[in-house]
Amino acid sequence: MRKLVTSMLAGIGLTLACGTSVYAQEKSLTIFWAEWDPANYLQELGNEYEKETGVKITVETTPWSDFQTKAFTEFNAHGDAYDLVVGDSQWLGAGSTGGHYVDLTDFFKKHDLGNVMAPATVKYYAEYPGNSGKYWAIPLEGDAVGWSYRKDWFEDPKEKEAFKAKYGYDLDVPKDFKALRDIAEFFHRPDQKRYGIAIYTDNSYDAMAMGFENALFSYGGELGDYSTYKVDGHINSDKAVAALDAYKELYKFTPPGWAKSFFVEDNQAITENLAAMSMNFFAFFPSLINEASNPNAKNTGFFANPPGPNGDQFAALGGQGISVISYSQKQDEAMKFLEWFIKDETQKKWAALGGYTCSQAVLKSPEFQNATPYNKAFYETMFKVKDFWAVPEYAELLQQLNQRIYPYMIGGSGTAKETLDALAGDWNATFKKYGRVQ
Amino acid sequence: MATTMITTLDRSTRAAARGLSDISIRNLFIIPTVLFLIVFNIFPLIYSLGYSFTDFRASTNAPANFVGLQNYRDLLNDPYVWSNFAITAKYVIVSVVGQLLVGFGVAMLLNRDIPLKGLITTLLLLPMMLSMAVVGLFWKLLYDPSWGVINYALGLGNFEWLADPKMALYAVALTDIWMWSPFVMLLSLAGLSAVPKHLYEAAAIDRAGPFYTFFRITLPLVAPILMIAIIFRTMEAFKTFDLAYILTSQPTAELISIRLYKMAFQEWQTGRSCAMAYIVLIMVLAITNIYVKYLNKVKER
Repeated sequence: MRKLVTSMLAGIGLTLACGTSVYAQEKSLTIFWAEWDPANYLQELGNEYEKETGVKITVETTPWSDFQTKAFTEFNAHGDAYDLVVGDSQWLGAGSTGGHYVDLTDFFKKHDLGNVMAPATVKYYAEYPGNSGKYWAIPLEGDAVGWSYRKDWFEDPKEKEAFKAKYGYDLDVPKDFKALRDIAEFFHRPDQKRYGIAIYTDNSYDAMAMGFENALFSYGGELGDYSTYKVDGHINSDKAVAALDAYKELYKFTPPGWAKSFFVEDNQAITENLAAMSMNFFAFFPSLINEASNPNAKNTGFFANPPGPNGDQFAALGGQGISVISYSQKQDEAMKFLEWFIKDETQKKWAALGGYTCSQAVLKSPEFQNATPYNKAFYETMFKVKDFWAVPEYAELLQQLNQRIYPYMIGGSGTAKETLDALAGDWNATFKKYGRVQ
Repeated sequence: MATTMITTLDRSTRAAARGLSDISIRNLFIIPTVLFLIVFNIFPLIYSLGYSFTDFRASTNAPANFVGLQNYRDLLNDPYVWSNFAITAKYVIVSVVGQLLVGFGVAMLLNRDIPLKGLITTLLLLPMMLSMAVVGLFWKLLYDPSWGVINYALGLGNFEWLADPKMALYAVALTDIWMWSPFVMLLSLAGLSAVPKHLYEAAAIDRAGPFYTFFRITLPLVAPILMIAIIFRTMEAFKTFDLAYILTSQPTAELISIRLYKMAFQEWQTGRSCAMAYIVLIMVLAITNIYVKYLNKVKER
């Protein structure tokens, strides 16, 4: 009998202990993001928040390849596993119209974020539909596609001389797309296991789209009209056709087997001495100036996406805003975190940790621009970026782009004009299906 | 009739002492399984059949609209889907035939008295025990044109196994053959060791040649078990996803399961992907049925 009483007491004690620990955990927030360095920086920033307020921040991550799938599986199930999500810019449409994101318009207006954050980040990471004045996210990680290059190869006097003799102008950071192509051709030496350029070609998510957009926007082309959803005459315009040809031309000078490459492969092109220049998101550049991850760290330079033949200069936008998930039980706590996050001193800390802040004040400050070799290129790029469609059916549009452009780029089937005409047809049919065009 | 199939409960056991009848023990074991199957297999199967007639998208709050056979019509008119099916068929044929040849060949070699036979057999079985995703990642490195071992060993220079649109599918099939030939080998070995030795002795006395012995004695007797291996491997090859998804993104190697995955979980076209899954299901059922009919014929012989 005594034994029974003891065990019962122990049981009650245990239950109480569990109960109190659950109570203690209530002061916590879970943020979902993809698995990459910025997520670690955000965790560090979260630790600061915990020190100040006692609210524990956990940044949960998953590899990029299934980030979208995992996030939307959770949203679709109305799950409350995550309180906040740092979602891709293309998700805004699906997140807002699907009811997954909390409307942050009032919060946005109260803190005048439209003027605090860089305009492009507000337009592409926060607002949906375009120009509606409705906001669903706070710009968190600014990002765009830029370029890294091998300074030692570029500055070698012998190479400089040979380049000048062949092309008639000095070998330097490319001034335009033509120079980009020439330099890629110049350094493409398969017999020496050295190649010209590394670009994005993977067709499983948005890699191919981002790479192609870099050429498209700088050539003055457009994906379509974002307000009327008219694509015919835009995506298959002469400028777009020339841009696709220019991007395909670059593929000739890539290392062997460059048919499923994204950010990992493109950084490897620099670390493994494969290519002279490599396209990548700015978010992946920190590891290139780190000697532990890049033996060529000292010889790696960076430049913004060059202008096209008519002088237009744009870049494809990456980056994410942070949104409150409408199924979260701790929305008030999440809003408090966002209020803390947008403070100027927090944004400074965020930038110092390695995050790409979107705060105009920090971006414009000389201390930010001189902090790393690529911050200046990043600052320049962030004011001339354009993004992919952000409509809820963006994934179908991406898939159609991959389906049309990949066989042309990699397999060499058809012509650029045929490819883009077909893509315009696909996109038009999709917009028709969702009632955006007649 | 069914009750006579059940072994009668021994009266001295504890179950019998508790008064459990044979039937209640049978139910105790079967009902949870049946319930499990209904909840997790049968119910979703029927539910998704319903979805396949709607334009439902799991990623939005919009209600599902009934669209009749629209999804099926669109899918069967989509040239990309047809090319996915053609690619899958090619993949199934190449990989299953390859596995049969390699697996059965190795089994023939092992079906004799050689030293360390047990150890060799066990080692040969290792590829089969790895996870598909891990095999995919390994082979991606092996195939790499810049630092891959395969090109180095074969002296192929910069041959692009996975980046070449014509080669990619065969490269995936080759990996699958490497991984699953041991399975065919194991089954064949079981079949081969069951062939009565006296048949070979009789053939030897009659001075039958090795080809005659193989085609008249070995093959017919091993055929039923080989058919089982073919059924398993065909079904598995039809469903291949992880290997191909990890190894290559060539549209020429986009198997039907990859297309289905993209449609369901990247584009969130839930209704349409349900329809697609049903088309695949019907195809697999049809192929398996043909095999089973043939298997029964082989057994009758």
